[in-house]
Amino acid sequence: MEIFNHNSNVNFLGLRKFSIGIAVLLMLASIALLATRGLDYGLDFTGGISAEVSYQQPVAVAEVREALAKAGMETAVVQSLGGTKEVSIRMQPTAAMKDEGGKVNLDKVSDVVSKALQAARPDATLKSRSSVSSQVGDELRSDGMVAAVFVIIGIGLYLWVRFERRFAIAALATEVHDVLITLGILALMRREFDLTVLASVLAVIGYSINDKVVVFDRIRELFRLARKAEPEEVLNRSINSTLSRTIITSLFTGITMAALYFIGGPVVHGFAITMLIGIVVGTLSSIFVASPILLWLGVSKKDLMPQTKENPELARRP
Amino acid sequence: MSDFPRWKYFLVAIVLVLGIVYALPNMFMPVPAVQITANRNGLIDQALEQKVGAALKQQNIAYQDLALSSDHLLASFANGDVQKSAADAIKAALGDNYTVAFNLRSTVPHWLTAIGARSMPLGLDLQGGVHFLMEVDQNDVIDKQETRYADDIRTSLRDKHIQYDSVNRNATRGQGVAIVLRSAADRTAAASVIAADYPDLATQDGAVTGDRFVLNAALRPEKLREFSLNAIRQNLGTLRNRINALGVSEPVIQQQGDSRIIVELAGVQDTAEAKKLIGATATLEYRGGYGTPQQAIDAARTGNVPPDARLYKGQDGRPYLLSKKIIARGDQLVDASSGFDQQSGTPMVSVTLNAAAAKSMLDYTTANVGKPMGVVYIERVVDTKIVDGKEVRTPKVTEEVINYATVNGVFGKNFQTTGLRSPKEASELALLLKGGSLAAPIDIVEERVIGPSLGQDNIAKGLKAVLIGLGLVLLAAAIYYKLFGLVADVALFFNLVLLVAVMSLIGVTLTMPGIAGIVLTLGMAIDANVLICERVREELRNGSTPLASIRAGYEKAWATILDANVTHLIAALALTTMGSGPIKGFGVTLLIGILTSMFTSVTVTHAITALIHGGRKLKTLSV
Repeated sequence: MEIFNHNSNVNFLGLRKFSIGIAVLLMLASIALLATRGLDYGLDFTGGISAEVSYQQPVAVAEVREALAKAGMETAVVQSLGGTKEVSIRMQPTAAMKDEGGKVNLDKVSDVVSKALQAARPDATLKSRSSVSSQVGDELRSDGMVAAVFVIIGIGLYLWVRFERRFAIAALATEVHDVLITLGILALMRREFDLTVLASVLAVIGYSINDKVVVFDRIRELFRLARKAEPEEVLNRSINSTLSRTIITSLFTGITMAALYFIGGPVVHGFAITMLIGIVVGTLSSIFVASPILLWLGVSKKDLMPQTKENPELARRP
Repeated sequence: MSDFPRWKYFLVAIVLVLGIVYALPNMFMPVPAVQITANRNGLIDQALEQKVGAALKQQNIAYQDLALSSDHLLASFANGDVQKSAADAIKAALGDNYTVAFNLRSTVPHWLTAIGARSMPLGLDLQGGVHFLMEVDQNDVIDKQETRYADDIRTSLRDKHIQYDSVNRNATRGQGVAIVLRSAADRTAAASVIAADYPDLATQDGAVTGDRFVLNAALRPEKLREFSLNAIRQNLGTLRNRINALGVSEPVIQQQGDSRIIVELAGVQDTAEAKKLIGATATLEYRGGYGTPQQAIDAARTGNVPPDARLYKGQDGRPYLLSKKIIARGDQLVDASSGFDQQSGTPMVSVTLNAAAAKSMLDYTTANVGKPMGVVYIERVVDTKIVDGKEVRTPKVTEEVINYATVNGVFGKNFQTTGLRSPKEASELALLLKGGSLAAPIDIVEERVIGPSLGQDNIAKGLKAVLIGLGLVLLAAAIYYKLFGLVADVALFFNLVLLVAVMSLIGVTLTMPGIAGIVLTLGMAIDANVLICERVREELRNGSTPLASIRAGYEKAWATILDANVTHLIAALALTTMGSGPIKGFGVTLLIGILTSMFTSVTVTHAITALIHGGRKLKTLSV
């Protein structure tokens, strides 16, 4: 079976002003969103208390929010955990939840929350409860930043050594684009940003770089094979000949993430949705963004050839 | 096909068989069980087994199996409800001498465990329990050490008759001790005394104002680090001891970073009880011995205790009489370490006291050479019992003589307890002496309770997500790439098997993010096959023969697969270096998954393809 015309010859590079323009716009919009609205940080990062509650009969989020507000917990964030019978509650601890020493006492938390919820609906039961101090969250955020920077720099170095400086720069620029837009969409959707979502964002970097490397690999190969290589034509041919692979792989990975989203339960919801967003953004940027950047940086046959003479290991590669 | 050597077939076959064997234990679901361990006075033997069996029969509780091992008895049950009522019945029948805890009994056959195959341990999010993240107060460690050195230096200077104005800690923590002397000569003398007596301190001349000559003595940075590391290690030890007493099976007590400790107790739901125990106050007392051993036995029998003495029990249950006057307390003990006595070669524990305790120890030993001295270990735990449906909390104090020895000479600050029976006993005593109280206060910074039903829910959903995700990709690949797709499917299935096998072998704890990592790995592992299949198709279109297309397809795709996977590995590696639990579990899974997928997607599919197409004249390929 074949979905894609193997002789496709779409002039992707011809669209570069348009596609890069959109990419820059989306990035600016994401930055604006992150700056104004910001991410909806989960308990892992903000500190505070959280609880998961299940009901025997379907319940509306607004109903839960109202029940909590009646008991003086107006600031509680209530979210549905997929389905209509389970919700998660996040908030900063109130005075009634603390010991004499000012420390959060989880038993008191469950008392206070259960009482408030059961006053409205007797079929509510608390399934789990957590408390995290804000200081842990601050550290996590900086750890996450460090990990992301480490990933980007490590991949950049590898591409610089294996390919060429321009490829490394183009890949990194596209990575930043992918991460920003993924985060921007998360902010737009008001998705809770917790540790698993952070892990997912880092995995998006890994997935998307995988995609770029496949196209770059073909670009290098075609440059070396072609006698007279017009960069724009080589790039176009590379994107076209890897197009089928780019989209099929995205579909396959997307299928598994969709399965995870619909079946895996609330714990991995954020993870799966972030990955799905990342797959779409990463696939589009592999096709429309990475190569135009490469062209602007001025990649040419000359830059890729001499390396093979200096490096015998590369010469053996196709 | 000649380009796939025979040894590679063997390699593939061996790896696949090993993968299946080592992944197999995960198919055997553990059954709920109750674990019975002995406290100091209990015995694990046949009699206990019979007693437990009888107690269960009497309550009409059906058990599957009673398994006796060297240090515990394990009774397994059909389901969690039976397990719960059984634990109550056993607790009632055995009393205080045994610890009864929920556990799981592995149903993995013996031949599998014999070759080291085991199932993956489940994370708290998959089986329910409590999770604590605790912060060790490092400032307190520094405070204690600096205060102690200030005391000690004062004593040393007095002993050496060096006149000083004051010896005090500097205002800023970590800056050490400031000694104010009256002349430059005194200052030099003090510096040399400190250099000789306290090699861990570095001295530096401070400002001179009038007749105030300041000398600063600060802990060397490497020593400071050692102290804080020791504090953590000691806290870990103390926590481990206390949690073992709680009877939770396989607790996780780990250091995280420089100053944090993670405690995870599976199956526990009541954080209050766990927290009480973790924060339990335990201390030591050195007391003078009183009377003869016979007097102690008589006192225990008749209940007539002399007015100046107190009656204690030893670890072995023997009675001891000790004086009411305390010589030194646990918080005055600076260090205790086990080793060997240089003269007799027997195991010993060497103890260091602070200045105040050293003085009272010196006073006592001067007057009491040849008489016994005892060490009492006192622990205060709050016990929770359900009476008439209500929780009743009663503080429980356990006092026990952990050491009783004869004073052989006059000593003060440093002394040794010798005549211990084994190096193990010595190290246990040192741990008890040190671990009596936490080295530094701990603060609970994170706390989670995961209900058991939530855990089971997560397992069921996670398993379903893996299977359906896998099934969909298998179907899609078979439709899109036909025979080559089916070959890729076989490889993908083996990728899951190998991934699970490696995770089980290393002992990676399976968590929900880990399951997400498995699903993601499955989705991305197929990428290598997509690359290969697309390449083979391209070669065929370019007019190559089927066999040449296969060869060229694998060769050309390999370079791409390698580059793509290495960059992906870098990303996974960064995830594993993030210290935190969920991200780490995910990263480790991804890392292993990338490595196994490179083997299955390339080598395994190549072997199968070569097996199918090898040695035949082909006109077309099903790709």
